[in-house]
Amino acid sequence: MKIRATQAIMECLLEQEVDTVFGYPGGTILNLYDELYNYQGKIRHILTAHEQGASHAADGYARSTGKVGVCFATSGPGATNLTTGIATAYIDSSPVVFITCNVTEPMLGKDSFQEVDITGIAMPITKATYLVRDAQTIPDVMRQAFAVAATGRPGPVLIDFLKNVTAPSVEIDYEFVPWTQNRSCSSIQALSHSHELKSPEPDLEDIEILADMLAQSQRPLLICGGGVVRGRAHEQFRELAEKLDAPVAITVMGGGGFPGGHPLTTGMIGMHGSKASNVACSECDLLLAVGCRFSDRVALNPATFASQAKIVQIDIDRSEIDKNVLTDHHIVGSAKRVLELLNQRLPQYEHKEWKEHILPLREPSIPRDSQSLTPKQVLEVIRRLAPWDTIVSTDVGQHQMWSIQHFHFDYPGQLLTSGGFGTMGFGLGAAIGAKLGNPDKVVVHTTGDGCFRMNCNELATVEHYHLPIITVVFNNGTLGMVRQWQNLIYHQRYSQTTLDRGPDFVKLAEAYGLKGFRVTNRQEMEQAMKAALEAGCGCVLDCHLDMDEMVRPMVPGGADITDFLLK
Amino acid sequence: MKREFDTEKKLYTLAILVRDIPGVLSQVARLFSRKGYNIESIVSGETDRPGITRITIVILGDELMVNQIAAQCRKLIPVQAVKILEEGASIQREFALIKVKAVDRNARDEVIQMSNLFRANIIDVGRDTLTVAIFGDKDKTGALIGLLEDFGILEIAKTGTLAIERGRSTIYDDNKLKEEYNYGKNVL
Repeated sequence: MKIRATQAIMECLLEQEVDTVFGYPGGTILNLYDELYNYQGKIRHILTAHEQGASHAADGYARSTGKVGVCFATSGPGATNLTTGIATAYIDSSPVVFITCNVTEPMLGKDSFQEVDITGIAMPITKATYLVRDAQTIPDVMRQAFAVAATGRPGPVLIDFLKNVTAPSVEIDYEFVPWTQNRSCSSIQALSHSHELKSPEPDLEDIEILADMLAQSQRPLLICGGGVVRGRAHEQFRELAEKLDAPVAITVMGGGGFPGGHPLTTGMIGMHGSKASNVACSECDLLLAVGCRFSDRVALNPATFASQAKIVQIDIDRSEIDKNVLTDHHIVGSAKRVLELLNQRLPQYEHKEWKEHILPLREPSIPRDSQSLTPKQVLEVIRRLAPWDTIVSTDVGQHQMWSIQHFHFDYPGQLLTSGGFGTMGFGLGAAIGAKLGNPDKVVVHTTGDGCFRMNCNELATVEHYHLPIITVVFNNGTLGMVRQWQNLIYHQRYSQTTLDRGPDFVKLAEAYGLKGFRVTNRQEMEQAMKAALEAGCGCVLDCHLDMDEMVRPMVPGGADITDFLLK
Repeated sequence: MKREFDTEKKLYTLAILVRDIPGVLSQVARLFSRKGYNIESIVSGETDRPGITRITIVILGDELMVNQIAAQCRKLIPVQAVKILEEGASIQREFALIKVKAVDRNARDEVIQMSNLFRANIIDVGRDTLTVAIFGDKDKTGALIGLLEDFGILEIAKTGTLAIERGRSTIYDDNKLKEEYNYGKNVL
């Protein structure tokens, strides 16, 4: 059947069961948006305030739903505005297909208006990039892009269509093939010829070896990494932890992979990890890390990391094995499949002594009584009043660490945070994506005054689409995390971190047609949070905090994991 | 037990099969540079299979680093296969064209003699220059270039190292060498 090229692009989105796209139009992508006009009933387009917001929204949508996110942008600045979002998705393994358009073929390479080599720019921050110069290849490229984004270790893919390829006069052969049946399509076959299109099947011998190692271990520690979340292996991981009767440390990306309130958990591990996690890490005799790449924020010093332990790594990406920390044993495969097979081979263990040594080190987090508002008070009120399954998106910095330390995440996709790339301004976009993907859940966005100022323009999107997102600004008038480092490491030389400036976030919220609340103590927080939960519209809680509040504990970068700079 | 990796820095040769699509060479080369590895030499050429190009890269590094870059390479979509070629188990050759000064008959005779000793060919003769073509391993071409320097080298055009395995085994083999973390096919 002959259809328009742009129509084929839309049909290919429908093949993948895409119903929501985020984006921002412009000159070269006009043809695509014109076609979108015909598909209004089938594909919902969310117009953000900025392409970066769209990229984070598509990412947040993907992280919270487990589906592939889709984001549109035009050429040149539209495309480059996506790059921070692409890199954020890449390093946190979030499946997003970014679609941009470029100038026409004859204009390519002439430094034309709004021309940029976005496939070249995005190459190191995507799993794959495609420059489409021939309309006939559209179905192939689209199908391959989605397969690449979602298969194995997920990640972003970028497709750049030349404008002439999308011209209304261009027609191509097309047949609708639902994604579940597209294995027979030529592009997918070509790809599967060179690359495994399913998760690698774990080696049973390796699993037996691991089962033996676990049997011999007296002091095992589990690390729940981002792979448990991305692979939705939380049930298998929980079964493993309970069978092994071992403490579980959770990385930032692993939040939601293991219930935060479970009696076996020791909380976060790494730079701002709990004492229980970090001590367990240095004292355990077997460290089993699932879907964790031992980043420099976890394995602060790879040479001394878990030096008493045999280290076992389970990862879907074989290039992660032995990359940052040398392992004693490893299994390449999806967390879900490996743990399924492993659990079948495990009896019920008991590690009473070891547990009694480690678990009490996790102090209950009780907010101190104070006249002025403290971060813990803010978080405690949110946790108490918001439903248990509230989705939390964060920006980056002190509020991020406090949020992850204090909240209990119980299912994958409940925590949306830029763990690897540390993107300030990620949270609001991600919250928009999460709310659109999970309309029945409450979405709370925690942010700092520095982060919020970066992408607060997306409040316009929150208002327009009536998204009752609750933004909680940890307003301490400073770039808190940077100030903390300056305080501890740079001899209190607060260079360019004091944010003694506007705007008034309450007025800002009102200017966007949302509700704003000023919060200076616990009672006000209580009232504001209650009001926000009932408001039915986007709300901004401007919480005034002391600028010298610090994230505790803290281990400096590169140090031994128990070398606490702050207890 | 942690696997023992050879920590000595030496030259490793990687043979990489890629689909011949625009930008593929830069995609592979950029992977090396962004991971912080210096490419000593890179050669790209057609193979017996249509649409498939073979890229041969020599890098200076240790074993862990080479395994890591090979694993990273295997994730690239156009990459069909990656093989680390061991020095003893593979043949490595390079090709060089050397334009050398030969101002008088003596110099010319000497250059010709030297070239004969190295089984190199004189491929161009000018009034006061000779161009020598030499094919051999890195040591051989290096040695000849060293000797010709006495006469004054005007220009060198040289390829990087090409390599192929000895014996029956080829890059197309689906070799499940666990040490290389190669469980058969590339993964995404």
